[in-house]
Amino acid sequence: MLDSLREKGLVLDGVCIRLGGRVLVSLTRAVAPGEVLTVMGPSGAGKSTLLAYIGGFLDPAFTGAGKVLIGGQDITGQPAETRRAGILFQDPLLFPHMSVAGNLLFAIPEALTSRDERRARAEEALAGVGLAGMGGRDPATLSGGQRARVALARVLLSGPRMLLLDEPFSKLDQELRQQTRELVFAKARESRLPVLLVTHDPADARAAGGDVITIEA
Amino acid sequence: MLKSTLAAAALLLSALAVRAEPVDPADWDGVLAEARGQTVYLNAWGGSENINAYLEWANGELKERFGVTLVHVKLDDTANAVAKVVAEKAAGRDAGGSVDLIWINGENFAAMKQRGLLLSPGWAESLPNWQYVDHENKPTIRTDFTIPVEGQAAPWGMAKLVFFYDTARMDKADLPKNAADLLAWAEENPGRFSYPQPPDFIGSSFLKQVLIEKIEDPSLLQKPVDDEAFVDVTEPLFTYLDRLHEVAWRSGRTFPENYPAMKQLLADGELEIIFAFNPAEASSAIANGELPDTVRSFTFPEGTLANTHFLAIPYNASAMAGALVTANFLMSPDAQAHKQDPKVWGDPTVLAVDKLPEEARARFAALDLGIATLSPAELGPALAEPHPSWMERIEEEWKRRYTAGN
Amino acid sequence: MLTRLGPPLTIFLLTGPLLFGLAGTLLPAFGFLPVLGGMEFTLRHFEALFDAPAIWASAGISLAAGLLTAATSLLVVMVFVAAWAGTPLFARIQHMVSPLLSLPHAAAAFALAFLIAPSGLLARLISPELTGWHRPPDLLIVHDPMGLAMMAGLVAKEIPFLMLMTLAALPQARAVETRRLTTALGYGRVAGFVYGTWPIVYRQIRLPVFAVIAFATSVVDVAVILGPTRPAPLAVRLVEWMSDPELSFRYLASAGAVLQLAVTGVALASWLALEKLAAALTRRAAGRGRRLRRDALARYAALMGMLASALAVFAGLAALAVWSFAGLWQFPDVLPQNLTLKSWVRTLPRTAEPLLTTLLVGLAATFIAAVLAILCLMREDETGRRAGQGALALIYLPLVVPQVAFIFGLQFLLIMGDLLATLPALILAHLVFVMPYAYLSLKDPWRAFDKRYDWLAAGLGKSRWQRFFHVRLPMMLRAILTLLAIGFSVSVGLYLPTVLIGAGRLTTITTEAVALASGGNPRIIGVYAFFQMLLPATGFAVATLVPALIFRRFHGMRV
Repeated sequence: MLDSLREKGLVLDGVCIRLGGRVLVSLTRAVAPGEVLTVMGPSGAGKSTLLAYIGGFLDPAFTGAGKVLIGGQDITGQPAETRRAGILFQDPLLFPHMSVAGNLLFAIPEALTSRDERRARAEEALAGVGLAGMGGRDPATLSGGQRARVALARVLLSGPRMLLLDEPFSKLDQELRQQTRELVFAKARESRLPVLLVTHDPADARAAGGDVITIEA
Repeated sequence: MLKSTLAAAALLLSALAVRAEPVDPADWDGVLAEARGQTVYLNAWGGSENINAYLEWANGELKERFGVTLVHVKLDDTANAVAKVVAEKAAGRDAGGSVDLIWINGENFAAMKQRGLLLSPGWAESLPNWQYVDHENKPTIRTDFTIPVEGQAAPWGMAKLVFFYDTARMDKADLPKNAADLLAWAEENPGRFSYPQPPDFIGSSFLKQVLIEKIEDPSLLQKPVDDEAFVDVTEPLFTYLDRLHEVAWRSGRTFPENYPAMKQLLADGELEIIFAFNPAEASSAIANGELPDTVRSFTFPEGTLANTHFLAIPYNASAMAGALVTANFLMSPDAQAHKQDPKVWGDPTVLAVDKLPEEARARFAALDLGIATLSPAELGPALAEPHPSWMERIEEEWKRRYTAGN
Repeated sequence: MLTRLGPPLTIFLLTGPLLFGLAGTLLPAFGFLPVLGGMEFTLRHFEALFDAPAIWASAGISLAAGLLTAATSLLVVMVFVAAWAGTPLFARIQHMVSPLLSLPHAAAAFALAFLIAPSGLLARLISPELTGWHRPPDLLIVHDPMGLAMMAGLVAKEIPFLMLMTLAALPQARAVETRRLTTALGYGRVAGFVYGTWPIVYRQIRLPVFAVIAFATSVVDVAVILGPTRPAPLAVRLVEWMSDPELSFRYLASAGAVLQLAVTGVALASWLALEKLAAALTRRAAGRGRRLRRDALARYAALMGMLASALAVFAGLAALAVWSFAGLWQFPDVLPQNLTLKSWVRTLPRTAEPLLTTLLVGLAATFIAAVLAILCLMREDETGRRAGQGALALIYLPLVVPQVAFIFGLQFLLIMGDLLATLPALILAHLVFVMPYAYLSLKDPWRAFDKRYDWLAAGLGKSRWQRFFHVRLPMMLRAILTLLAIGFSVSVGLYLPTVLIGAGRLTTITTEAVALASGGNPRIIGVYAFFQMLLPATGFAVATLVPALIFRRFHGMRV
């Protein structure tokens, strides 16, 4: 069990993040593919900093220590772009200067070179989140829920090895939040991605269904 | 505006030693052949639009007729070009210099000639077009500010101090007849007269005009300044100026920068009497819409300052053949007639029209010198320029006395 | 790697010319100028300087110009913002004033000159009906010995500059909330702003104010066009000495540049004292709880100051535009007797070369400045360290040190390297002045950029330069083009560095226009002033239109 986790899952080994001398987060955990680890805590507690450390874009004001392994590979020292850590923020952050399809095409790895195949892949991903045929749209014209789904499709298209979720549902209204949550977790399970969810909403944690860690301010 | 001095200083450091082939104007075909393809850098005052335009015209003609390119390096003070050559000589750059031709006379010519900075022996009188030059009747063509020219500069144009007034505002009967009259007139009409701030060339020339009229012994002016006597003999000039400034435009607290600047002041009626070194200036300005057609010219019956302006070639010019061709062309009946047209520039010719071939004579005869231009007979006597050292000393003294407003 | 080079390269390019230039100015002042054979220490040149006629008068005018220009512009801006911020009128005036920012100083000076001269547009409009003048009055308005016309010209240009700086600082000062609070406490609008908001705003715009003082104490182009002539302000006389055919005058010019440095230093020191005094007075008034509710006079005076400075320039520019088409135009005619294209036809061919130089130098310097600014800001992101107050002061240094003081020396160095009047040298000289504005204009939008876009793209597997070119650059296109437009307009307006480093062989529209000022032919000046207006305006038009065009389909890219 542990070995297979080491092979496929996300492992945080003695991760410790400090600001000045103060320890913000310190934990050792493993997240299996398709599982969700929820980190809860009040804002300012350093939850997002943990994601930044794993994703490789920790602000230089913080110091981080400890290892991050994915699929058995130590990615701690790697630059952000090679870690393949897909991230969703509380805002969908669709690139405003690209169409919906442009956003998706941008995410598809360069290894796929055929133009037609790339387009087909993007269209397929759109259909997968229930937005078939909306590739030509300006992201600014989409509704909040639609944007959240495009953001999800975009991150999945990039072929991530894990998902980092930074309160991705907090700005959606109640009903939409429920739907989006389900969609995200379903997709993550489907793709067998280990997921790290940071939130202060207990409902998120319940819906995620996995382990919950609470960090104090 | 600094180009010349800076380049000069640069040369002190990087001296190039290139030997040029000697050029002989007697072998004119050889000169023409060598000149083809050369670029001539003419260093000339660039403060007047019609003169700049005339030189652009000359560039087109030279290119078409002789394959010579003329570049007008616009100066705000000819002394800068002199300094450039001085520095080149100091740096040992005895060939391949950056100045090919200088528009020059007076103290700048004297300085260059005295320091051996000019192409010599004299070449101007060997140019093909010299045959038409009126050196017999125009003594300033061979003697510039008391300095013998000796063919080291080619005459380009004639200058005479001429005053302008607007008949719509001023009665001909009130025109002053000499410097003393002018002061009296200015005292009756405060704020209506001024002169460009020395060391502007025209402003300094006005000072010389007054000096010639006011000095007790005018023969002193034909010799270099005697430093000890300077203060005494120039006292009448500065007494005159002290009085004039009190009643001058803006009470003498500021001066026009140069003579073109005085034209709009005349047009607006700020000034009532202005002057220039070009008898056709008013006609030319009327043609350009800068002055109303009621403006006319006058001079002093006892004479005003007159001189000739020249083109000189520095001893180290790069494009000597091209410079000779340019000087000769600018002296040609074609170029001189075009230049004398008040719609172009209006600068009087150095040529004797009766020496010219029929066709060229007709061109000059056909020139409409303009409604405001005096005929040669009306221009009055020409006063000889003082020795160049006077100009320098007067300018210095002017700066010392009047740099700070009162 | 490349970004690591950014900050040191920028600092070198900014301070290198400055420090070497200062050294190159100081040495000749004390007798060292090997080019002219000066090899020994001497104070002779300072003695000669202090013997120069009316040298202290010149220095005094420069000092007064610096302090009065800064005080007047700052006062108008402060009271105007205090009194009118948040009103529709404010927005309208802000729109009216901001184009003036890009106008070269020389063009604004010409505009003012042709408006207020005794034969200017103003006098023509009211004569002879109101004044009885059939010819211009013999009044010394332009070139007045006190330099008031020159200071007015400077104020007209510095008001938009300080206004923009103040507007940028306002959000951080929480002006709206503070106003509500002070109003609730019963303070007058102006008093409330001055007590509550201004101290915070002023801290932000202090360096720009210093730049205004330094510029006004050492200005040349505006002084040539509007300033006193007998004697002229110090910097003008220095440039005359520097260009004297007699090369030995360069020692005198260098000694004069040291005096200029001192004059600017004294001006800045006096300003610091004035700051203290003003702060103490404000504190006392605030401590006594002086409400100053009856501030209508101050409010309308500031409004008038604002309006007058902008309208004067616009009216003057209009007058120049008419001049460029004028045939004979005599006083007191409001319009020329006839209109002609003659001035344009004659002048246009002659503008080609200066135009080309202006474009080439402006674009090159601005482009380099933009690249350097971006590299510096990227490096800041990497290290997490923002440029501190010290680095900021360094960036402002070329704007706070009088231009003559180091351009003289820079010129000597370039002469020695045989680089004078070459394009690279001129571009470098322009870069020194463009760089500060480039950095300052990009810094805030850059920092305001939502970094999560960058992280997100990294998570999608995009490398740093991919992220830069596909995400950061397009999303910040407007800000970067604005930087380019600002930098270009700064370059177009640069007079002294162009005159001294271009050495007359490389001329721009601005140096040509100022050179023509002496000829006093308003028709030709009108043509050049048009180009002076056109070039920066085109830059800003491009900065507005291009992003709008490229991203016309994307609502999220609109401002």
